[in-house]
Amino acid sequence: MHGLYSKRQPCVLPDVSEELNHPTPAARTTLANHARWTGHRFPITTAESFSNRVCYAARVAAGSLPDPQAPRHTALVRVTHWITVIAFFALLISGAEIIVSHPRFYWGEVGNVLTPPLFTLPIPASRGTVPTAYNYVMPDQNGWSRYLHFQAAWALVFTGMVYGIASLLNGHFRRNLVPAPGDRSWRAFWNVIAKYLRRAPPDEVEAHSYNVMQRTAYLGVIFVLFPLIIWTGLALSPAFDSAFPLAVAALGGRQSARTLHFFVSGFLVLFLVVHVAMVVLSGFTSRMRSMITGHAPVRAAARPVVGPVVTEEVDHT
Amino acid sequence: MKPISRRKLITTGIAATAGLAGVTVAGHLARRYGLVPPDCGGIYGPGETLTYAAQRLLTTHSLAREFPRSMISKSPFANATPPANDLFKRHQANGFSDWKLAVDGMVLHPTSFSLADLRTFPTHSQITEVACEEGWSYIAEWIGTPLINVLNTVGLLPQARYVAYFSIDKDWWESIDMADALHPQTLLTTGMNDGDLPVGFGGPLRLRVPRQLGYKSVKYITRLTVTDSMKSFGKGLGSAEPEFGYSWYAGI
Repeated sequence: MHGLYSKRQPCVLPDVSEELNHPTPAARTTLANHARWTGHRFPITTAESFSNRVCYAARVAAGSLPDPQAPRHTALVRVTHWITVIAFFALLISGAEIIVSHPRFYWGEVGNVLTPPLFTLPIPASRGTVPTAYNYVMPDQNGWSRYLHFQAAWALVFTGMVYGIASLLNGHFRRNLVPAPGDRSWRAFWNVIAKYLRRAPPDEVEAHSYNVMQRTAYLGVIFVLFPLIIWTGLALSPAFDSAFPLAVAALGGRQSARTLHFFVSGFLVLFLVVHVAMVVLSGFTSRMRSMITGHAPVRAAARPVVGPVVTEEVDHT
Repeated sequence: MKPISRRKLITTGIAATAGLAGVTVAGHLARRYGLVPPDCGGIYGPGETLTYAAQRLLTTHSLAREFPRSMISKSPFANATPPANDLFKRHQANGFSDWKLAVDGMVLHPTSFSLADLRTFPTHSQITEVACEEGWSYIAEWIGTPLINVLNTVGLLPQARYVAYFSIDKDWWESIDMADALHPQTLLTTGMNDGDLPVGFGGPLRLRVPRQLGYKSVKYITRLTVTDSMKSFGKGLGSAEPEFGYSWYAGI
């Protein structure tokens, strides 16, 4: 299952008991480094938790040990992620059903079966008035599809608002999604691509933080594709357009908005396919578990084997 | 699994209670201010109610987009064949001279208007787009009198909340709220593109509701009923469309 990880050798950890009892400036630096790599902020309020963290940080520095306590994904990220998944699939299925009633796309303000299409999907239609290459008409599923499409759109928008506002306030965007200053280069991108191509196992930093390609992809979905799919969708509402005519005029007209809505949903599906493929390649079970429970399982190879055990019972006085 | 602290338990309890109370109050307010559509029940009720409420808050007075004459479609699409019933065929045979629009319900003076009567009202024309829920659309000039003129003539009772309208085709009836019924672009249409309204496009009489999808613009209408509730019409969902699975409010 963890084929990529099985090549890793168990690491030998240094004895950090001295640092446990007497945190040194060096240990503090290690801790700070760890926080920077992983994005984990440790509330250092007691000597106890500090020592635990120092012990852990030293292990991370020496032997790549993930923090089994710190959640990989916060509850907010996990809950909004899965609501988004449900809403997205509802939108995808109902959207496909709606297209089946008229699988022709146009550009500009108007378009119907008497005007030339921009392109036509090679599928049968659910309406007899639409000319297709097929001599049968699919069952009409538009009613519930439309109800579901708009209900799921509301769910997605509310979820997105909660996620977006919370992530602005708690620093999730800034800390976990905006590429780190050192990663804002084509070279950083290329390094990640090269690593993927080599099928190298993710390093410790990557196991606990997104790499620059992931960050760019997620930011693109959150700040480009989702706003675009909402905009092009709203532009298809005649009542919304009556109040905000620029929403549809800026897209080139109603039929252009519909065609763009279709293309943007295509990009979202492309993201979904790559996203799921990457989850499968990097360890389906562990990634799913971390997005459900919040905790990535500690890999067998990286479990604490030597050195003082990190527990709350350690005496620090 | 960490045990749940007492503070967290109390906070969560208060938040849940406040949330529940908030939803209840919001529901009451929404009903009072007419933000709940007739098809608010069922699993899709919440989404439908949100859509309708948002539109009523944002777009009650907005005007549908109108287009320049140059954008009138050369090839509008009629979509459906005229009703096959004998009554319609008889009307068609004598040039719709006996076509009547009955206006009844919560009005001071229930009246039956002939097409000639309707033409005595101030005429208005608009170049608006018909957008079908299937995805296609066309632009045409629609000529007629705003519904509000007829409603003012018969005199609305203050309880009026919906106007239901019925096609000569028994399966096709709709309703709109007062925001749309009194809207200046809601048009009792008798002409299209400088001519009489062709049968294919709803002639002799179609109610154009340009801020909603095409299926709200019912063709061949013969009756308007003003009412305070849609409960007693059909299955009580507001119009025939929800009975086929389509939403009552089609402004999206």
